[in-house]
Amino acid sequence: MAGGERKRRRRKLQLSKLFTLSSAKACFKPAHSQIGRTGFSRVVYCNQPESADYCDNYVRTTKYTLASFLPKSLFEQFRRVANFYFLVVGILSFTPLAPYTAVSAIVPLTFVILATMVKEGVEDWRRKQQDIEVNGRNVGVHQGNGHFDLKEWKTLRVGDILKVEKNDFFPADLVLLSSSYEDAVCYVETMNLDGETNLKLKQGLEVTMSLREEVDFRDFDAFIKCEDPNANLYSFVGTMELKGEKHPLSPQQLLLRGSKLRNTDYIYGAVIFTGPDTKVVQNSTEPPSKRSMIERKMDKIIYLMFLMVVSLAFLGAILFGITTREDYQNGVMTRWYLKPDDSTVFFDPQRAPLAAVCHFLSALMLNSYFIPISLYVSIEIVKVLQSIFINKDIHMYYEEADKPALARTSNLNEELGQVGTVLSDKTGTLTCNSMEFVKCSIAGRAYGRGVTEVEMAVGNGIEYAVAAEPVVKGFNFRDERIMNGNWVKERDADVIQKFLRLLAVCHTVIPEVNEDTGKISYEAESPDEAAFVIAARELGFEFFIRTQTTVSVRELDVATGGRVERMYKVLNVLEFSSARKRMSVIVRDEDGKLLLLCKGADSVMFERLSGSGRDYEEETRDHVNEYADAGLRTLILAYRELDENEYEVFTERISEAKSSVSADREALIDEVTEKIEKDLVLLGATAVEDKLQNGVPDCIDKLAQAGIKIWVLTGDKMETAINIGFACSLLRRDMKQIIINLETPEIQQLEKSGEKDVIAEALKENVLRQITNGKVTRLVKTGSGQTTLAIGDGANDVGMLQEADIGVGISGVEGMQAVMSSDIAIAQFRYLERLLLVHGHWCYRRISKMICYFFYKNITFGFTLFLYEAYTSFSTTPAYNDWYLSLYSVLFSSLPVICLGIFDQDVSARFCLKFPVLYQEGVQNLLFSWRRILSWMFHGFCSAIIIFFLCKTTLESQAFNHQGKPAGRDIFGGTMYTCVVWVVSLQMVLTISYFTVIQHLVVWGSVVVWYLFLTVYGSMPPRVSTDAYMVFLEALAPSPAYWITTLFVVMATMMPYFIFSAVQMQFFPMSHGTIKLLKYEDQCNDPGELELVRQASVRPALVGFTARIEAIKRSVMRSRQTGP
Amino acid sequence: MPSNTASSSSAPAGSSKSKRPKYSKFTQQELPACKPILTPGWVILTFLVISVIFIPLGVVSLFASQDVVEIVDRYDNDCVPTPARANKVAYIQGGSDKSCNRTLVVPKKMKQPIYVYYQLENFYQNHRRYVKSRSDSQLRSVKDENQIDACKPEDDVNGKPIVPCGLIAWSLFNDTYALSKNNQPLTVNKRGIAWKSDREHKFGKNVFPKNFQEGNITGGGRLDANKSLSEQEDLIVWMRTAALPTFRKLYGKIESDLEKGDTIHVTLLNNYNTYSFDGKKKLVLSTTSWLGGKNDFLGIAYLTVGGICFFLALVFTIMYLVKPRRLGDPTYLSWNRVPGGGR
Repeated sequence: MAGGERKRRRRKLQLSKLFTLSSAKACFKPAHSQIGRTGFSRVVYCNQPESADYCDNYVRTTKYTLASFLPKSLFEQFRRVANFYFLVVGILSFTPLAPYTAVSAIVPLTFVILATMVKEGVEDWRRKQQDIEVNGRNVGVHQGNGHFDLKEWKTLRVGDILKVEKNDFFPADLVLLSSSYEDAVCYVETMNLDGETNLKLKQGLEVTMSLREEVDFRDFDAFIKCEDPNANLYSFVGTMELKGEKHPLSPQQLLLRGSKLRNTDYIYGAVIFTGPDTKVVQNSTEPPSKRSMIERKMDKIIYLMFLMVVSLAFLGAILFGITTREDYQNGVMTRWYLKPDDSTVFFDPQRAPLAAVCHFLSALMLNSYFIPISLYVSIEIVKVLQSIFINKDIHMYYEEADKPALARTSNLNEELGQVGTVLSDKTGTLTCNSMEFVKCSIAGRAYGRGVTEVEMAVGNGIEYAVAAEPVVKGFNFRDERIMNGNWVKERDADVIQKFLRLLAVCHTVIPEVNEDTGKISYEAESPDEAAFVIAARELGFEFFIRTQTTVSVRELDVATGGRVERMYKVLNVLEFSSARKRMSVIVRDEDGKLLLLCKGADSVMFERLSGSGRDYEEETRDHVNEYADAGLRTLILAYRELDENEYEVFTERISEAKSSVSADREALIDEVTEKIEKDLVLLGATAVEDKLQNGVPDCIDKLAQAGIKIWVLTGDKMETAINIGFACSLLRRDMKQIIINLETPEIQQLEKSGEKDVIAEALKENVLRQITNGKVTRLVKTGSGQTTLAIGDGANDVGMLQEADIGVGISGVEGMQAVMSSDIAIAQFRYLERLLLVHGHWCYRRISKMICYFFYKNITFGFTLFLYEAYTSFSTTPAYNDWYLSLYSVLFSSLPVICLGIFDQDVSARFCLKFPVLYQEGVQNLLFSWRRILSWMFHGFCSAIIIFFLCKTTLESQAFNHQGKPAGRDIFGGTMYTCVVWVVSLQMVLTISYFTVIQHLVVWGSVVVWYLFLTVYGSMPPRVSTDAYMVFLEALAPSPAYWITTLFVVMATMMPYFIFSAVQMQFFPMSHGTIKLLKYEDQCNDPGELELVRQASVRPALVGFTARIEAIKRSVMRSRQTGP
Repeated sequence: MPSNTASSSSAPAGSSKSKRPKYSKFTQQELPACKPILTPGWVILTFLVISVIFIPLGVVSLFASQDVVEIVDRYDNDCVPTPARANKVAYIQGGSDKSCNRTLVVPKKMKQPIYVYYQLENFYQNHRRYVKSRSDSQLRSVKDENQIDACKPEDDVNGKPIVPCGLIAWSLFNDTYALSKNNQPLTVNKRGIAWKSDREHKFGKNVFPKNFQEGNITGGGRLDANKSLSEQEDLIVWMRTAALPTFRKLYGKIESDLEKGDTIHVTLLNNYNTYSFDGKKKLVLSTTSWLGGKNDFLGIAYLTVGGICFFLALVFTIMYLVKPRRLGDPTYLSWNRVPGGGR
């Protein structure tokens, strides 16, 4: 490995020299004339760092600083409508308008705000730690007199001369002065900037090339003028003044922060942009903040609640105005005990309209309990914890790369449960981008016992022997008939020989011999070409030298049985193009025979066979179809012997065509090649597997069964795209392919193959020629109106990831760019299944249930207040003590609902995966439809009405206890509040479907906490507890009426919902309900039965290997029917 | 590419710390849990249990309520002399004699203690202006007698603070009842009618009424300036505001039994003005049970809900027996049933 590495580098170095000579001529361009004008005003004195004019090199990624934290985070908080409303309420509560004391309004708000601020602070603190780490890295800086000392990144100033070592990141934007190479080149890896993995070559100016030692910088003095900081990574304009001479600077000399020095021992550079001025920082845009569908809908619900609050307040205000006006009319007082003749503005009958307006404000405050103040903060807490669960999921941990899943944002957890369309990048996401030679068909006989992944997936459970990892990369072919030279004994040995020779000769691969081991590796344009050559090598035809005109192959001599080296003169290479779909070479072998060797797609090859060359056509066709169905890429191999005359004519014509300058030059060449690539003799076919990532077909199958549509976006050739479609089981052969070609100037092709044989409007599986991923994503998003998830691994997928509702990055090998712009990163495509079907489903359920429940509980509470207020002639007297009011959302009902959001599971992960139908609950948004939300709200109103009126009737005016004392406001409030706490807790019990110790603790805990609070608060001196003083100990607890009323009211309130759920479970169960019942009935232990049940639950998918098996079954049935 | 893979996969192997999440039942969300499902069995059982609990409770509650003997006498109308009935407000505000005689017949034997209540209707003791118009600190201790901000407009008289201040105290109920049985006066004990906590902690033992009802308009009752507030139980009872516009307040208790057929004469002073706002006044004599006063609602409601539950249990059982259906019917999972599942 090390040797190979060295070898390769040497070769690259040579290339770089070529490159240097050809193009790196420094020259002034028109842009350089702008230096010194606006936009190009930066002045850098190299080696004389000045910090005065420009900022330091500290890069801050934190949202807040110590000083700005308070105001900025508070501002962020109160930008939310609900929080702002509560702030206004809080402020108003200091005025006499308030129906309760100011503290009780401020406490919950403060609690909520503080909780959110702590969360923000912790998150920012983590970013700060990262910043400190990055800014504290060391780099060698010139300190004068040719001494370089290590200094921290953050201390760098514009004008510093740095020495950056191999594999280090550049700490700022530098101008390259010199490097360890003589010609001042260096290699730079820009993966973090643009995601491209190839190394980029940079070269310093000729005048600075000689500064190769530290001491050389003692007297170095240069003066750089350049453009101002900007975000363009690929442009740079500047001049360097050295010894009175001006030299132009271009991007060729610019080393950007964030990129890495590779393959170069060290470089020297001058700092020109620091910290926030660097291009990478300038270029960093806030990633678009995404909000989930549920959250957007939640905002609407909040507005609806506002509307309700306002209208209830309005109604109350009118009625209050009317009753108040009647209190004092024409000098006659009615309710004299209110002293209406000597009243404040709030209750003044003579100014009834004004009083009504004031009342409206008070009512707004009283009704604020309709709006769940802790909703936002609870959801945030819940989501963070959900993300932790995602991160900690051991089933999504990729052992080999040591990468667990990583939820980078927690806003989108529930959106994972609603994905309708998955847009997937191909290379690196679905496939490993490595090809394996698996099968071939020679002379009509199929060879190769390797098992493809698709076959493995299809044969799931049929016990294939564990597919051993191929010994040779790119070669997964096993067949003793032709391996190890056994092919000689086969029937058509001569055909096999030709076949293998063709593989070894017909390509454009360059061999690279490792000097130490003598092993040959190949560099090919595409991995499938390499696979062919490797296959040829493994089967005994080792291609080892390519010169400009020859190809040398070591092959088995049939006659002697020994190895001979043969050289083939390559006369012409007729290259591959997606229009031609084939490539050929014309060679002259050692015997002087002229051969045209050709390989190409079956669609073009079969028609080019000669009449006599079609011996094995039928068998080969069958095999090719079989291979294609197994998801392999197939190529037809054929050859032809040319006679000299024909070839002469051809060479003449081709050179003529090539030298023509007319526009139809290409067409001319095509025409010529067309003429010679005919009358071919069929040899056979090859099948190459584009190695899929682990578990991809299985995952796609599951996703398809869950009714998720899958699009593959790829920049591949159309055939490749179709092939990969087959390989992933996205396409089947009996599907009708719709191919759309978009004839835009760039001739972009949009290929779409859909399914017509079952339901026309069924899901469309598409393989798309890439336009720009981002654009397609937007198209899909707007076109289908569904939640889209994009998954990709490279920098080219960034657009797609950011545009989609959810971007999932593969934290694989192609750099971090995709991960950095993703919302969730997983290590392998197959984890998508678990991410969506399990975590997505759970999170969706949890959040939607949680929000519904939140509104339910607050409506239940708030509406009892309103009803009571109606019995106080709308004077906004709260039914409960101030502290009961303020602690409801915070203490007595918050934890259970948070637990619901974090822990609830309808069915276990195993069943989520087994019954993909469950996922549709999210896609169709069954759990968060307006109908469902409104029914929950309605349920809340009903509960409130039942609670209030039952309490009111039972506690009417008669004695409340044995001592004959009737119930006052305190007792009434205490009893009703107890009922509310019980009811919302029991409702929680009915809502939760997963009871662990935590749930029990929290739900029953809330009730216990209420009683405890009542006791403790009531025992405080009356100065503190006001009208709650001793209410529980003295009045409520000793009175059987209290307990018996609570029991009755609570049970009666729960009854309608309980009946509803019982009936629903019996007669109209939702999917999760049925599955729970199934599990309960133990039907899931019998595998046969289970499969039967499962079948019913599976989306009759049109894609995936399950569908493929079905299709095969169908076709077999058909043939049987038509057969006899 | 290949070298890249190698480096990225070998790097973490070299570092000792793996990022592998630690397995725990909690983080893997596999905590042991019970997952309640509403199977028919459970539903029927729940309904049965509820009805089994509720029906007896209903019976007991109903009996308790039935045991209570209650005499309610509305007198606000009758106690205004016929000629004055045209303008009752003028009558009540006038200076004429307000005494009035009522006769009550005991329908059933009433065991002592018999509680005497006055019941007001359409009286909004829960009005916010009213509820807030008090000063708790002033009631508690003498030194806080100047804390009268909340009491406006009944806060002071000529600059001197009123104790107890506020609208509640000012509008103290002041009808009085003198009861007699067979011309023998019945003692109405007025001690212990207020909650103990109120007497001992909310109304000070050394706080005495001051400047009370000395403003230009007298609201309701007056207080004995020589009795401390904690002894003024009528006031304490009155100041514990009622929840609803119809309410009873304890007036006192009779600590002797009343036999069936006893006639009780009540001589009452009809002082309190409920005529302005069409409020009703009632005199109530009632015994109590363990459940409190007479209210059949709770018992009936318990019986009703219990009955319904029993009925539902029956219905579900019958349905279960007549048409037994596989619970986890997979047809319910079919895609066709999911709305829009075909798309």
